[in-house]
Amino acid sequence: MKQIKIIAIKEFKDYFISPIAYIVISLFLIVTGWFFFSTFFIFGRADLRDFFSLLPITFSFIIPAITMRLFSEEKNVGSYETLLTMPVSFTDIALGKFLAATMFTASMLIPTISYPVFIAFIGEIDPGPVIGGYLGAVFLAAAYCSIGLFASSLTRNQIVAFIIGCALCFTLTILDKLLFFMPAKIISVIEYIGATSHFTNISKGIIDSRDILYFVSVIFVFIFSTYIVMHEKN
Amino acid sequence: MIEVQNLTKNFKGFRAVNNISMTVRKGEILGLLGPNGAGKTTTLRMLTGYFRPSSGTIKIKDFQMPKDAIKIKSLIGYLPESAPLYHNMLVYDYLDYIARIKGIDDKETRYDRFLQLSDLCGLSSIMDKPIATLSKGLKQRVGLAHAMMTDPQILILDEPTSGLDPNQIAEIRDIIKTIGKEKTIIFSTHILSEAEATCDRIAIINKGRVVADDTTASLKQSVKQNSFINLSLKGASKDSAKTLLESIDSNLNVKDIEPVEEDLVSFEITSSDNRDFRSDIYLKIKETDWIIIQLTKESQALEKIFQELTREGA
Repeated sequence: MKQIKIIAIKEFKDYFISPIAYIVISLFLIVTGWFFFSTFFIFGRADLRDFFSLLPITFSFIIPAITMRLFSEEKNVGSYETLLTMPVSFTDIALGKFLAATMFTASMLIPTISYPVFIAFIGEIDPGPVIGGYLGAVFLAAAYCSIGLFASSLTRNQIVAFIIGCALCFTLTILDKLLFFMPAKIISVIEYIGATSHFTNISKGIIDSRDILYFVSVIFVFIFSTYIVMHEKN
Repeated sequence: MIEVQNLTKNFKGFRAVNNISMTVRKGEILGLLGPNGAGKTTTLRMLTGYFRPSSGTIKIKDFQMPKDAIKIKSLIGYLPESAPLYHNMLVYDYLDYIARIKGIDDKETRYDRFLQLSDLCGLSSIMDKPIATLSKGLKQRVGLAHAMMTDPQILILDEPTSGLDPNQIAEIRDIIKTIGKEKTIIFSTHILSEAEATCDRIAIINKGRVVADDTTASLKQSVKQNSFINLSLKGASKDSAKTLLESIDSNLNVKDIEPVEEDLVSFEITSSDNRDFRSDIYLKIKETDWIIIQLTKESQALEKIFQELTREGA
């Protein structure tokens, strides 16, 4: 447990040592800010629905960029050997890195809290969906971080890790828009696998145990896969 | 202390380490010698738990390798080849991270340890520098400090002196000798004189197998007959000198070599029996008007063994 914390803090600090953190955060704020506010005054609704509905797509590109270095960079530089020969288990490493990436994406969301604060000045805002939205966003981010972590554990090339991560996250994001092409029998299964519908439910303010269970399962499956990859590669 | 039995590691399509067995006793300095690609690094990586052996057992103290990996890892201080560190961290931050992860929780203890290590490894002037800006030798020292962080009982160093300048090599050797008085050390190298100077025992590895494993002294003993005499003469002609030397004894084999200085003639003289012919040579030369510039007996014991053992089957 202590080892997880030490690794997580170290990885989290690492983001802010290099310029990656600032570039990714700026990019995220520019993209989400622009898409949100470009239509905000046209619709004239005092809510964050448009902001949250865009999150799954932005996350599926931004998060793999955050997680791509977690394992790939260490393997490339060789420090992976240093890490693995210290008294830490594979689980400590995988969880520590996962937590660091999740904390980083959560901190990336913090500046966007200014949006609801700003909206509250100009109109009545319903706090339920906003709180639900942020909760859902953290769950979604955590799930995508676990996917990105897994992608990074597969290769020593960061670009490959980024592309694999994007492909997996993007598939999960758009899966429920593809239901049209699926055979009727498996539609309900595919719908459950897609991430967007679960996120939308939570961001409406409806906190359902099924949706939370979904995100927890995704996180578990991909962290466990990461563990297996680490184990097989050594 | 360390017991390795029938250790084998297969990679895709080739066997890097083939059935290695060895024992290292407490307080011993073992040098792992071998040509490039012999399997030294792979062996060390298995000992430190970075690679999982394909078969065979590793026992360190009372712990078995895959089962008690974390306990074993906390007993061992390991310096990987070319010291891979986190390049974006400062030296101090890096050491602090290592100390925390190795379980030195108390801030005071950590600080004391940093002071000791920076004295031992000469880090005091670079504590506030980013690792990426350090030269290779300095990185190697940070790596050494990392390996010795918890004052481990076993130190495993993979080519600790590779790529260093002669002063740094001497320093690292001194450090190894100093700490080797109390600790068990395994280090790999392909510099023979280094192993000869620092190790109690030498294991030579070739193509994944241990081809020799003995104390440094007895390894040298076993090839004493490989010694030869270096002779340089002034004022002699090559052919007449050679004829004269060969007339001393039929067991002598005289080979002329590149002279060490101009207007000298030099020979490398070996004998097929084990006798020392130096006095005979001196007496013979005394009869002539040639001047002996050099008459020395040299033994390249380790080099000879190394070449014989590693050339075989190449």
